[in-house]
Amino acid sequence: MKLLTPTLGLILFLLASPASAVVKVFACEPEWKALVETLGGEYVKASSATTAFQDPHYIEARPSLIAKTRRADLIVCTGAELEVGWLPLLLRQSGNSAIQKNELGYFLAADQVERIEVPENLDRSQGDLHASGNPHVHWGPYRLLTIAKALSDRLQKLDAKHVAQYRQRYQAFATKWKKQISKWESQAAELKGKKVIVYHKNWSYLLNWLGIEMVGNLEPKPGLPPTSAHLANLLELTRSTEISYIMTTNFQNDKGARWLSEKTDIPILSLPYTVGGDKKASDLISLYDGVISALTNYQ
Amino acid sequence: MKLKITLAALIAALSTSTHAKTTGKISGTEFNPAISFILDGRYTDIDSSELELPGFQLGGEAGLPENGFSTGHNELSISANIDDKFYGLMTSAIVFEGGETEFELEEAYIETLKLGSGFTIKGGRFFSGIGYLNGIHDHAHDFADRPLVYDALFGGHLVDTGVQARWVAPTDLFINLGAEVITGSEFPGGENEDGNKGLALFIKTGGDINASSSWQFGASFYQSEFDVREAGGHHHGGEETEADNELLNGEVDVTGIDFIYKWAPDGNRKNKNFKLQAEYFVKNEEGDAEFTEDSNTAEASYDGEQTGFYIQGVYQFMPAWRVGLRYDHLEADNIIADFVNGGIDEDEFLEESGLGAEDDPNKTSIMLDYSPSHFSRIRLQYSQLDNGHEDTNDIVTLQYTMSLGAHGAHTF
Repeated sequence: MKLLTPTLGLILFLLASPASAVVKVFACEPEWKALVETLGGEYVKASSATTAFQDPHYIEARPSLIAKTRRADLIVCTGAELEVGWLPLLLRQSGNSAIQKNELGYFLAADQVERIEVPENLDRSQGDLHASGNPHVHWGPYRLLTIAKALSDRLQKLDAKHVAQYRQRYQAFATKWKKQISKWESQAAELKGKKVIVYHKNWSYLLNWLGIEMVGNLEPKPGLPPTSAHLANLLELTRSTEISYIMTTNFQNDKGARWLSEKTDIPILSLPYTVGGDKKASDLISLYDGVISALTNYQ
Repeated sequence: MKLKITLAALIAALSTSTHAKTTGKISGTEFNPAISFILDGRYTDIDSSELELPGFQLGGEAGLPENGFSTGHNELSISANIDDKFYGLMTSAIVFEGGETEFELEEAYIETLKLGSGFTIKGGRFFSGIGYLNGIHDHAHDFADRPLVYDALFGGHLVDTGVQARWVAPTDLFINLGAEVITGSEFPGGENEDGNKGLALFIKTGGDINASSSWQFGASFYQSEFDVREAGGHHHGGEETEADNELLNGEVDVTGIDFIYKWAPDGNRKNKNFKLQAEYFVKNEEGDAEFTEDSNTAEASYDGEQTGFYIQGVYQFMPAWRVGLRYDHLEADNIIADFVNGGIDEDEFLEESGLGAEDDPNKTSIMLDYSPSHFSRIRLQYSQLDNGHEDTNDIVTLQYTMSLGAHGAHTF
């Protein structure tokens, strides 16, 4: 019995495929999988721990994720406590030294940029707050560019053989992305000053960028489901303020949103929160394209 | 194991978290170390608070809650990466019982972060990796009480001091192998001269069936040899007697399997999810049983096989609300030979020592709980316990478990 562990270990070790040349990436969310694939191309092999239909805050450190972190060369996650319930557990259970905190294989996107909505006063009576601010940074296009630069630098350090290729890919992405930003900005110029209600503050960076004002949340406090008293307050708000739409994502429970919409005739926009959230959102550019078109079409 | 501490020491232990509150930055990643405190309180309506399971020698923390109001395990947990190579955790329960406050060390261990190649070594006092629920603290269980099989075979949890090595295979399928060398002196083991007679082995494997469902299967083994094991002898109400219930020159081994299946639409657990969980254990133990009450004694050689399982399902039918159903079953098959009557006859010995098996004990529980946030939970549970000996015991529990401080871990 005592010999079982090492023997089995040896067999499995011999069976395991030899280290391949590509950088194996464990992305916590689909947006980072998409970004690392854009920046790494054929030199990376990425998987995402969550899909666009899952609330990344509610994931568990399930067996398949431990198996993936075990073999990863690089983890790319949001940070800012979005994955606080499961990422630390995965890291500790993985037995993988390359991806531990502050190693080259540990990359948190939100650490690369300034966050908004950093709470002044941390008290859980305010809901499930993120002490380091709003983690949904992939909806800030300029921030995304900063993150892309840092991620490309990281890939270059991890895989020095392909530095030139990573640089070239980043340049290509940056050029295209900047062009897109000015296209989206002119497309959405008419949205400036509009007022919206959101389900959860996961659109804050997008709304800030486009100059749209968020006047209400369906969640009474971050992370808490809508209550009838809170919905009644929102209904009151719609009488005094002209609201263009209610923005939800397709993983959020839309019961509260539907109730409010029926009472007020304010349309609900159920938007893909990240890559893979609908048929069109196959990468970051098409994701932005789809959401901005949805916002502008609902004029 | 249990040491009483003064109020002053308790305040000192907690002052760090008080300080953290005033500076307003508490989180598992930003604050070092992460501190969390679990508050557990309950109201219980129970026919009898004395746990008797004929055929099973009880030990450790096996028991039933008191009638009326009581505080459960109020638990303080402090953890952090110690440096780039080690992680450390300390969890202690602060229990108020019989007018006294006791400070119990549940876990205090360090763990490596940088061995690599899938290896991790843990050292100190920890919940053994055997089974599924064994490693999960009571407040994170889905029912107000532990499954009967854990109370009957492990005295609650198998928690011991020693070293654990784990290895995760570099495969798509999750395979985790673990081995522990521990003192073996904690129940169901017993005092041994070497203080290293405990051995535990476990394997866990699992994966995703699709985006909505995942599974895990585990198998485990534990063994220990001991010179003396004290079991909690039961006393008849009101009688002021000194009873000693011991197993001498004994050995014990436990083999178990566990299975977990989880489902959530599209894997999004927030709105709806379902969890099916089952564990089965077989315990074999033998030794010289000795029962002493006042100056009367009884001795026998004992060879027992005890099995137990539970199966439970928990369904979150809307955000914050869950219902659960659990069935527990135990069976004991004990062989008693070479009985020596020293003033206690065999029938009395069998009853008093806990070794005389009767009908199979079983328990059925149903629960409803409400968790307005990640950090709070209120639970109502009804259980019917039939110990195979007396009338059934009806237990109604209204319980809260709440956590303050660092964000809890989402274990599978």
